[in-house]
Amino acid sequence: MIWLTWRQFRAQAAVMAAAVAALAVVLALTGPGLADDYSTGIAACTGQSGGCSQFVQRFFHDHHGSFIAVTAIVLFVPALIGLFCGAPLIARELEAGTHRLVWNQSTTRNRWLAVKLGLVGLAAVAAAGLGSLAVTLWSDSIDKAAAGDFPRMAPLLFDARGIVPIGYAAFAFALGVTAGMLVRRTLPAMAITLAVFAVVQIAMPPLVRRHLSPPVHASVAIDASNLDGLSVPRGGGPIQLRVQAPGTGADAGRFAGAWILSSQTIDPSGRAITSILAPQSGACARPPGGRLPPPAGAEPGEELSSCFAQLDRLGYRQRVTYQPASRFWPFQWYETAIYTALSLGLAGFCFWRIRHRLS
Amino acid sequence: MTAVLQTHGLGKSYGRRTALSDCTLDVPAGRVIGLVGPNGAGKSTLLNLAVGMLTPTSGTIEVLGGRPASGPAQLAKVGFVAQDTPTYPGLSIEDHLRLGARLNPGWDDTLARDRIERLGLDLGHRAGKLSGGQRAQLALTLGVAKRPELLILDEPIASLDPLARRDFLQDLMEAVAEHEFSVVLSSHLVSDLERVCDYLIVLVASRVQLAGDLDTLLATHHRLTGVRRDPATLPADQHVIVASHTDRQTTLLVRTEAPIYDPAWTVGQLSLEDLVLAYMGQAAANHNHRPALEALR
Repeated sequence: MIWLTWRQFRAQAAVMAAAVAALAVVLALTGPGLADDYSTGIAACTGQSGGCSQFVQRFFHDHHGSFIAVTAIVLFVPALIGLFCGAPLIARELEAGTHRLVWNQSTTRNRWLAVKLGLVGLAAVAAAGLGSLAVTLWSDSIDKAAAGDFPRMAPLLFDARGIVPIGYAAFAFALGVTAGMLVRRTLPAMAITLAVFAVVQIAMPPLVRRHLSPPVHASVAIDASNLDGLSVPRGGGPIQLRVQAPGTGADAGRFAGAWILSSQTIDPSGRAITSILAPQSGACARPPGGRLPPPAGAEPGEELSSCFAQLDRLGYRQRVTYQPASRFWPFQWYETAIYTALSLGLAGFCFWRIRHRLS
Repeated sequence: MTAVLQTHGLGKSYGRRTALSDCTLDVPAGRVIGLVGPNGAGKSTLLNLAVGMLTPTSGTIEVLGGRPASGPAQLAKVGFVAQDTPTYPGLSIEDHLRLGARLNPGWDDTLARDRIERLGLDLGHRAGKLSGGQRAQLALTLGVAKRPELLILDEPIASLDPLARRDFLQDLMEAVAEHEFSVVLSSHLVSDLERVCDYLIVLVASRVQLAGDLDTLLATHHRLTGVRRDPATLPADQHVIVASHTDRQTTLLVRTEAPIYDPAWTVGQLSLEDLVLAYMGQAAANHNHRPALEALR
């Protein structure tokens, strides 16, 4: 049975192995240089005034294209495995009627299915795991530089790093096999696999992942780092301040690399508000002569920082709910376990179905 | 000797559609069994039940004393050449033989390779490029080289041209003579089976109409021709299968164990085809409730 499965699978296996090997070679050749560039750049800028933000931005900008490319590869590999390894595995046999040939040799269907699932499934999962491992190692320095735009904990990067791609690949494979067994035709099975897998992948972060551990709540003072903008109405009246979600870059403290779930501005009575109407007395009072305070991003002027202090005293805060980056690995394990359990459930269904419902 | 096929009240339905109902059979071993019936009569259903591709919805079935497809040992005893003789199009003939060798403990590799050689097939040829007849021969080779006690063939020759049909059946009979296994062979054409079968099952409209040794069946069925008369006046042990009347003459097809002494009848022998057609016609008539035949009773 192992021989037959291998004989049917070997062309696919060769393509898969070649793709993984090519990826690994490219990443192995470019990876060390990339890591060196990053560490020398960081070493050079740490002593200097102004810090490393410029270097980090430039480094990410330089490698933006390859970062997106390898991330996309890891994101799409599980879907491809489901489509091209999972869906045809049983559907093609049922479609061509060859199951009637092979089920009437002296081997039980259970064994036939077990060998097929085991051999092809393990190969597919191994390919996804190796690909993800190579990309995770290679992309480590870019991931650090990209943390402001693509925090490691947030959807997208979380799904394309670490061990979750293994779980996704196992699930996509089992899903493909199950769909093939139910609809008995390869092309519809592939379409169903793609649709269901996409829905599950999109639904997973908001419906399940964010609840894997209770999110952390933080109350942050309003200052120049999270000020989105302020407006001084021309005709007079109070200054309006809008607050944005905290940054997730490497220098963002506890939010570095975190997945920000929500961010709200709270007024002194604890209500969520969209913008702050600054009090018209004290530091936030409209400056005499109508001079605008310095815009956000520039060094805050004397009057603006004392305005922040006044807002803080009054009780204006920013309430942030987030999953900190320190939970990256626990979440990776949880999610891999969930997907593995789903895959095993689908495989169990396949075994039940092949005994009771198929002909 | 155990029965190769024993069923009791066997039935299979798909939702509301009945494919086979109340099928009770007891087929002895060592025969070549012909399963005849029109398309859609349930032949494939019965054969697929016998190899465990289907599970019955009612009744029981035992093949060679075991439940179909209950384990490797049972699978090894029963060979199956499915309808349209499926093979793996991407695999070569050589690959198919290796498949057979790897998956069957009783595989007879010499037999398989001799057969392929005798058929003039190239081992490196892909199964997808074979003609229908060659593919059927390959499937038969896999079935025979497994060395089963019972080989089941589901319409193996339906897609073959007449010459290939003759060769295939001849080849099958040679294998039976050499290796002594029982065969169940289905077809909707009686002429295919006439030359090879010694046991007959007629299946019409999901029911078994007739089953028995061919010789016995032919010996107990007669065509009676004579002056027109009411079939009800026949002796009690003569069962009318089909009656037809002209103005002056009556032709009856009767089944009886006893000899026919009535000098008013001219007694004629039946061919297998006559017999099968008679039972098929009778079943079809019952099925459709045709009033014409009701009046003759």
